[in-house]
Amino acid sequence: MTAVRQVDVLVVGAGPAGLAAAARLATAGAGRVEVLERETRPGGVPRHCAHGGFGTWTRPLTGPSYAHLLAAAAERAGAVVRTRTTVLDWEVAATCGTNVLLTVGPEGPEALAARAVVLATGARERPRAARLVPGTRPAGVYTTGELQQAVHLFGQRIGTRVVVVGARDVSYAAARTVRTAGAEVVALVTEHPRARTSPARARSARLVQGVPLLTDTTVTELLGHGRLSGVRVRHRDGRTTVLPCDTVVFTGDFVPDHELARRGALDLDPGTRGPAVHTALHTSRPGVFAAGNLLHAVEPAGTAAREGARAAAAVLRHLAGAPWPHPGIPVTVESPLRWITPNRLTPNLLTPDRSHPAAAPPPPHLLRIEAPLPRLVLYVHQDGRLLHRARLGVRTAQPHRTLTLGVSWHGRVDPEGGEVRVSAG
Amino acid sequence: MKDARDPLPGPPTVTVEGALPDRPYDIAIVGAGVVGCAIARRLARHPRLSVALIEAQDDVGQGTSKANTAILHTGFDAVPGTLEARLVREGHARLATYAAESGIPVEPVGALLVAWDEEQLAALPGLAAKATANFCDEARLLSGAELYAREPHLGPGALGALHIPGESIICPWTTTLAYATQAVRAGVELHLNAAVEKATWDGGHHLHTSRGTLRARHLVNAAGLGADTLDRRLGHEDFTVTPRRGQLLVFDTFARPLVRHILLPVPTALGKGVLVAPTVYGKVLLGPTAEDLDDKRATGTTAEGIALLRERGRRVLPALVEEEVIAAYAGLRAATGQEDYRIAAHPERSYVTVGGIRSTGLTASLAIAEHIAGLLADSGLDLGPERDLEPVPMPNLGEAFPRPHQRPELIAADPAYGTLVCHCERVSLGEIRDALAGPIPPRGPDGLRRRTRARAGRCQGFYCGAAVRELLERQGGSGRA
Repeated sequence: MTAVRQVDVLVVGAGPAGLAAAARLATAGAGRVEVLERETRPGGVPRHCAHGGFGTWTRPLTGPSYAHLLAAAAERAGAVVRTRTTVLDWEVAATCGTNVLLTVGPEGPEALAARAVVLATGARERPRAARLVPGTRPAGVYTTGELQQAVHLFGQRIGTRVVVVGARDVSYAAARTVRTAGAEVVALVTEHPRARTSPARARSARLVQGVPLLTDTTVTELLGHGRLSGVRVRHRDGRTTVLPCDTVVFTGDFVPDHELARRGALDLDPGTRGPAVHTALHTSRPGVFAAGNLLHAVEPAGTAAREGARAAAAVLRHLAGAPWPHPGIPVTVESPLRWITPNRLTPNLLTPDRSHPAAAPPPPHLLRIEAPLPRLVLYVHQDGRLLHRARLGVRTAQPHRTLTLGVSWHGRVDPEGGEVRVSAG
Repeated sequence: MKDARDPLPGPPTVTVEGALPDRPYDIAIVGAGVVGCAIARRLARHPRLSVALIEAQDDVGQGTSKANTAILHTGFDAVPGTLEARLVREGHARLATYAAESGIPVEPVGALLVAWDEEQLAALPGLAAKATANFCDEARLLSGAELYAREPHLGPGALGALHIPGESIICPWTTTLAYATQAVRAGVELHLNAAVEKATWDGGHHLHTSRGTLRARHLVNAAGLGADTLDRRLGHEDFTVTPRRGQLLVFDTFARPLVRHILLPVPTALGKGVLVAPTVYGKVLLGPTAEDLDDKRATGTTAEGIALLRERGRRVLPALVEEEVIAAYAGLRAATGQEDYRIAAHPERSYVTVGGIRSTGLTASLAIAEHIAGLLADSGLDLGPERDLEPVPMPNLGEAFPRPHQRPELIAADPAYGTLVCHCERVSLGEIRDALAGPIPPRGPDGLRRRTRARAGRCQGFYCGAAVRELLERQGGSGRA
């Protein structure tokens, strides 16, 4: 067995959440902070998002510049960012209360013990196989992630006629990448009745760029031997058509990349499929925190980065000796709500201002819905008792927009009671 | 047996384009699937023979050989007394030994034939007797309690099982590639992208292909799904291949702890039915369907097939269908309407046909090759002296054995084995580089996947697809034989 090397904090994943956590921790003097990143460069998904929309209102940035800025900030603060280093698993034999991660990289295997671990392994799109799209297995089938890396990081050629599956923000970003690569977007195809993006963006794609949007349309089969020759689609009325194309991009449908969380036997939340976390981002495994799109696939990079910083604050309290919260009370959602995060409440952390003066008040919960809902009202119940009712504005709530639920009701949760259920009315 | 007079073979000849060699070969084998490659490897033991292995596609093992259930069968359920029963039994023993020598991953997990109703339960003793008739003596009946003790995640309602300890799982990709690699290293010439369009005989064979004409004194037809077509072109009517499509789903790594054995249903007239089996890559396979078709190119999956598999899977192993599907594929088995292989020698035409090699072809491949060598010798071909072949150590793709990234000494010698490119399947830069530089290099991402597992995991290239393609394209010129 390799000798175990001791560090103070290990951050797994050098995307926005991990880098922000590392920067905050190193700045605060948390000791030796190492960020383990399996890719060749830090930055996470923004590395290959060549479009803008990152950074702040006052300082807008493209994805790659944002990635660069976050990595530079973490390293300047004194965190060590180790790329090409893969965390393979948790050391099972590690003594109770310590976490030992087994890694491999060009320098060989290593066992790293840490006083705290922050999981920030991000999210990925579900590819064609997971979506159970039938047909042959030709070349020319992409996810947005692969497409963006192919075009923006490697300058590879893609096909000439491309169908984009999905009509969300990420789908429009994929369509833009397709055009950057000199190919034609045959259509955006969505099973929903309208695009799930801003009306301005959908209009601009349709009218200015001439990209057709096929709504209420499902991809039912991929065709072609060797190279893709087309996709068969079914419209709402049951008609089927073949869209001739040599490339198809499956966009969106993000899921947390939770392999390491599962290997570590962390409790997962059934809604997000990421680790269940308390308001201060503790997971069910002592010493292990989680942040970023591992918790909610997917929110903008800025949200992930702010969460990284929040996780860092909790890590600092943990390093200072704060107790690990009890398993806590689950917060669950009912359809048409998809998920909520954080999704555990801990009685002893319900009023953090008093018990831990250093802690900031918890930020609101984040939620997503399955379909557009006009005049949405959220209800929070525990054991049949209404704890809170929140009207979310007069505009129709949209599935592609983040909803928030404030925390004013936390004080009314019965620490001895059952799970807290959030529903829509 | 090594003949000291044999010159050492030169560098392997593997061609993908250009005109085929003009000089006649002693033997041409049509079809570089697992059976064709095994025959080529067998004939390579005879250094005086000049052997061509020709394949319509751009890689070995591209047809039925790549899309099967990856099981090394004992032959317990074969029809006793058939050629298939004998060749599967012999092939099992030969391949198990060969796999251990060559580093082909095999896991002897054993199979359970699960009875879900009284009728199936009543059929188990008969199947046990059949197993005994097939020299498979270790088969044993299990009660319901014994069954659930072995498979705690099995769905409710199973009444008992027949345990066949000898059934194993194997890597079909490495097996075919090992045969082909050993064959070309020993002097067999492999010509890819050479589809036989017409075949004539005038005392010798003339195979008219998309890359020109290839001449050979003897011909072995191992064309799998295309074997009947080639047979007819030569004026024979030995059999008709009816493709039987088998759709399969592969579930992610997290499903692997749910199942310990190959879980088989009690067989029906249509085939062996839908099974659940672990794979040597640490995944779980669910399939195959059995659909008789006319179209030999219908290798697509269908919504109905996928739905049927998920419904069956949910009954056998309910937790399985909660996990993510990482691949769905379909293979076409070469059914001939007969319950046996269709191997026939036509000595007067210097021709041997290897037809109807169904799902057991992988298991039987080495025994089929031995059988074919015998038929060729009987038909008047002087095979000449025989030698042992140099073993080929194949890169390990299996989870039950150390992978390169788990071998510190390998990484210390070459850091590329510690640099992971495909994260889901933990494939290192070193493995990809080695595959690209191999004697039979991959022509694209699919060929690379079968040699390394790169891109075969849950993300299907979201993370590494572009980087893998970059390595393939950079290799482009020099990696091509």
